[in-house]
Amino acid sequence: MTTFLGLPTAPRGVGHLRGSEPFPAAASRALDDAQLRRNLGKATATIRGKRARVVAELPDWEELREAGRAIKAHTMAHLDQYLEQMETEFTARGGTVHWARDAAEANRIVTDLVQATGAKEVVKVKSIVTDEIGLNDALAAAGIEPVETDLAELIVQLGHDRPSHILVPAIHRNRSEIREIFLREMAGVDPHLTDQPAALAEAARLHLRRKFLAARVGISGANFAVARTGTLCVVESEGNGRMCLTLPRTLITVMGIEKVVPAFADLGVFLQLLPRSATGERMNPYTSMWTGVTPGDGPQQVHLVLLDNGRTAVLADQTGRQALHCIRCSACLNVCPVYERAGGHAYGSVYPGPIGAVLSPMLTGIEDNASLPYASTLCGACYDVCPVKIDIPSILVHLRARKVAESRTGIRLPDAEALTMAAAGWVMSSPARFGAAQRASRLGRLFARRGRISRLPPPLAAWTAARDAPVPPPETFRQWWRRERERGADAGT
Amino acid sequence: MRIALFVTCLADTLYPRVGQATVRLLERLGHQVSFPRAQTCCGQMHVNTGYQRQALALVRRHVAVFGDCEAVVVPSGSCAGSIRHQHAMVARRFGDEALARRAQEVAKRTFELSELLVDVLGVEDVGAYYPHRVTYHPTCHSLRMLAVGDRPLRLLRNVAGIDLVELPDADVCCGFGGTFAVKNGDMSTAMLADKMRNVLSTGAEICTAGDSSCLMHIGGGLSRLRTGTRTVHLAEILAATQVRT
Repeated sequence: MTTFLGLPTAPRGVGHLRGSEPFPAAASRALDDAQLRRNLGKATATIRGKRARVVAELPDWEELREAGRAIKAHTMAHLDQYLEQMETEFTARGGTVHWARDAAEANRIVTDLVQATGAKEVVKVKSIVTDEIGLNDALAAAGIEPVETDLAELIVQLGHDRPSHILVPAIHRNRSEIREIFLREMAGVDPHLTDQPAALAEAARLHLRRKFLAARVGISGANFAVARTGTLCVVESEGNGRMCLTLPRTLITVMGIEKVVPAFADLGVFLQLLPRSATGERMNPYTSMWTGVTPGDGPQQVHLVLLDNGRTAVLADQTGRQALHCIRCSACLNVCPVYERAGGHAYGSVYPGPIGAVLSPMLTGIEDNASLPYASTLCGACYDVCPVKIDIPSILVHLRARKVAESRTGIRLPDAEALTMAAAGWVMSSPARFGAAQRASRLGRLFARRGRISRLPPPLAAWTAARDAPVPPPETFRQWWRRERERGADAGT
Repeated sequence: MRIALFVTCLADTLYPRVGQATVRLLERLGHQVSFPRAQTCCGQMHVNTGYQRQALALVRRHVAVFGDCEAVVVPSGSCAGSIRHQHAMVARRFGDEALARRAQEVAKRTFELSELLVDVLGVEDVGAYYPHRVTYHPTCHSLRMLAVGDRPLRLLRNVAGIDLVELPDADVCCGFGGTFAVKNGDMSTAMLADKMRNVLSTGAEICTAGDSSCLMHIGGGLSRLRTGTRTVHLAEILAATQVRT
């Protein structure tokens, strides 16, 4: 059994990778919110349907998935080389590369860069990694106002809310809630604003246009970085990204180290996989790429902050490292029956859903997100839709083993679950003991009333809270077999 | 063919009729069924809850008990999936490569019931008679871990007298998930509610599946709400005949 001590995980106290309560409690509260259930159920069903239709169009979808998986696996195996190549090429074309060990370091680098320009406001492309590190909080603390320009991120920012989906951060909001947020928070908004989608988009457009034209600094994440040419790539749907990436004089990109791909041709695979998996589109509306500085055109100061923040610790886990292959499409969220009912906030991290349930605990260390690997029935729907074939169920099972192993290293008494599992293991490792336990289970018949068991003592009370339990039969299978088939003979052993 | 039955700890203890039906069905088709009595449990609950060290002993036992069998039938997609996808993994985690290889050999000769019938024995019409309105829930591990596809449905369509109705959103998990049902009880219940809504919308009197565990969950919910709809394992339907054999 391998342990993963030594490599630093994402530090506590900064960023948004940890929730304030365990998943079951947060999910229970979300389950009670009928409006949230309605909003999420409707939205995820729509995206699921769109994705299924456009994926079915491609006869080579499985080959594309395999190609995506293979490119990522190769890149992760040579990540050090590709990152250094990226640095060399990006620098050679007039950009500046910064290496950030963790969230705190990345926030400091970005804040210093903005402060050096004298700007008091920055426009932001939708970026999960900057939310992971809590960049907006850090900028605000330094007196710099971050302006989210993606419509959904703007809704979240104006609503003093948290994103609940990787791709559709305001998926938990419906249009009448959005109208209320705009009326309350958006300066100079038309007081007669309706909840028609076009009217809401137009209000955001007017609000943002002023911000774009005044912006001196843009901040983005990156979907891909091409090591061989030092090219960065952002895909988006609204054109706000294109504005942020081209209008300001200074452009700062924060990127997790796992986003690099070897060559330009690799984008041919991912730019097919990503939009079909994410928004159910054949191609995303805006694909922006930039390679260093072009004199007289676009930003003249370009920075790239390469962020670790626990990623090297993920890379060190042989089973778990494939989580770094993730291209943030959210297909696993949209198909997950648990996500669909709990919503993203219940996961406590900017990475919710199945991929978040594996990525967040590995980035923070399991003890800080110990309930997340258990936030799944292991139904496997996520694995089926993943465009780069991340075997999320296997990683969940692996992380559960890591969690149990790591809690055993602490000096404390084993909990009820550990005792139960140890006892069950002991019983099951002997047919004689198993037979005795089966006979004992027949005591369960005492709980039966008119052929059903509706109430059992703890820990089985959690079962009978919502379901009847089966009444143990008068005879187990092995007793029946012995009685019916082995009278006098020793058959079947 | 000589077929060893791995009845699973759950069916052995709580649903012996599933094991009995499997035996009756295979014998009716002319095969010889054995029940290696040293069998206990595949260890999936331990693996999926994080207790792989405890599972290791169970993997070792399973491999020793079923090591020499020509074919093993399991009336559970989930347990068959564990044998196929987890046993070698557990052995390797603890550095036992020899055990991993033997586990893979056993896994190759282990079949979920519908796989055994359709792929190994080559039958889709098992001569069953079951005059009831039935809907089929394809359990997640049958569907995705084993990829049994429409094998169970092909078997059910050939059952005489059956009124087989399609389950809406059939491929969505019922919310059981082993210890998930207890650790995330409210979520499990919410998922169960939707599964039951779909089952009831078909007007079926019986919901069937290839896993006693999921059926215990769905059936437990249907019973609690006094819906009058119940759950029956696939093996029991396929074993049923007009004239009792």
